[in-house]
Amino acid sequence: MNAAPVVLQTEGLLKKFGGITATQDVHLSIMQGARHALIGPNGAGKTTLINLMTGVLEPTQGRITLEGVDITRMAPEQRVQRGLVRTFQINQLFASMTPLETLAMVVSQQQGLGGRWWQALGANRRVVERCEVLLSLFRLTEVMNQRTESLAYGKRRLLEMAIALACEPRVLLLDEPVAGVPAGEREELLHTVAALPADVSVMLIEHDMDLVFEFATRITVLVNGAVLTEGTPQEIAKDPRVKSVYLGHAQERTHG
Amino acid sequence: MKAMQDILLAPSRIKPWEPALWLVAFAAPWALPGHALIVNEIAIVALFAVSLDLILGYAGVVSLGHAAFFGFGAYTAALFAKLVMPDPVTGLLVGMAGATLLGAVCSVTILRGSDLTRLMVTLGMALILLELANKLDWLTGGSDGLQGVVMGPVLGRFEFDLMGQTAAWYSLSVLWVLFVLARRWVHSPLGATLKAVRDNPLRAMAIGIAVQRRLAVVYTLAAGVAGAAGALLAQTSGFASLDVFALDRSADVMLMLVIGGVGWLYGGVLGAVVFKLLHDVISGITPQYWTFWIGLFLVVLVLVGRDRLRKPWAGRGKPKVPGESA
Repeated sequence: MNAAPVVLQTEGLLKKFGGITATQDVHLSIMQGARHALIGPNGAGKTTLINLMTGVLEPTQGRITLEGVDITRMAPEQRVQRGLVRTFQINQLFASMTPLETLAMVVSQQQGLGGRWWQALGANRRVVERCEVLLSLFRLTEVMNQRTESLAYGKRRLLEMAIALACEPRVLLLDEPVAGVPAGEREELLHTVAALPADVSVMLIEHDMDLVFEFATRITVLVNGAVLTEGTPQEIAKDPRVKSVYLGHAQERTHG
Repeated sequence: MKAMQDILLAPSRIKPWEPALWLVAFAAPWALPGHALIVNEIAIVALFAVSLDLILGYAGVVSLGHAAFFGFGAYTAALFAKLVMPDPVTGLLVGMAGATLLGAVCSVTILRGSDLTRLMVTLGMALILLELANKLDWLTGGSDGLQGVVMGPVLGRFEFDLMGQTAAWYSLSVLWVLFVLARRWVHSPLGATLKAVRDNPLRAMAIGIAVQRRLAVVYTLAAGVAGAAGALLAQTSGFASLDVFALDRSADVMLMLVIGGVGWLYGGVLGAVVFKLLHDVISGITPQYWTFWIGLFLVVLVLVGRDRLRKPWAGRGKPKVPGESA
């Protein structure tokens, strides 16, 4: 694992909202093929970090590189075209489109057909084939013709993830992907993610520690916008500081 | 695989009623020669409504100043006929090109900011052009309008007649060509990405769509289509006056879309037909009555708001989950 190259890296990343520092000097490296988890109490700045990496927010200071290329000031859509893809903690879907239309649109865009105006959506065989695979992978086939806004919450959560995978990510950032998904389906969903090709790197934000320890080979703990510690699941599980953070004594232990 | 492809292709397939509808439209000036003028008017406003639908219905950009492009196309075509040459098709293309260029310039300012900003900027743009056309009277004829526009025959063969039959067929043909192109465009992957931008710009960006650029492109093209409608009006009436830029015109075209159905290209056509016929009938009874209805419609339009304006069938009853956008 250590021999794998770094695909996504942040150096001295800092984000201030007025007087509040949401991200403090974060150095983080995601290795190729990593199954990396980012954990931390509420308000630790996990989503802010994802927003910085994907370009939704601009950092106050610091540098982000993707496969060696500086992407700190790059437009969000260009980062996606380079393979940096995310999901959202709160579903961000296309309400009036069906899952089939949504995925056909995303796959077309991903395959560089998004600018074609003379061809009908779905005219391309490869696009349809890819949609078929994604729909069945996320068990959306039977609801593929319903408008997204009428889907059950669990199905929408699956679509949220299917859209990200349709972008053919090289690095996938998952922001609490299984929140709200029925308990029995969570493991299956994460297995789908874990079963992605070995060279796809995944960073997961998740609150359910059982899932994190089952999924991740590397864990970073974020507290108050800064990295508290990073290590293998075994190291993190043993770390007394991490325990105290989750028991609510973050202030005394980390700064004491 | 086959079934899925069929489902995806279904909206782009031509329905049996579509050729029938167009046949009826093209037969109308011949069957009812006394009504050729109103057929011509309907074809022109239908094209204008289709243009607004491209940005409002398919890309979610609100505009209260779409007449800016309509008017610019009208004046460009009229001036071209007067100063350069009287050929209608060349003039139409020039009018479209002018409006397209204006659209490209405006897209830079209009695509920033919220809906309210857009409403105000589009409104302001039409007012600026209205005042320019008023002040530059050495060129535009000011408040008297641009008179003495003499058009040559269409394609060098079909002279414009007093009954308006040639005009009606000319406008219908332009409407048909641009409609067919627009129809392809909205059912393409590009059209789907526009719907995605309309539904959720944040996510559209997160799947690699250059949101601002897409909006700029559709805005520019819609401006060109609106310019074509304006050019048709100037050419078939032999006249361009300040009212082509008027707020009424921008508001009317939005009403037509609401009547016909936003986000559905035939909605613009249907709305134009209903609106024009209603106008003809009601203002025949009493003109005041007609403006009353326009006023009422505008109030409702503002109260109902954009989301339901786009989806009139989605009632007030079901509030969305807070923070959920699907």
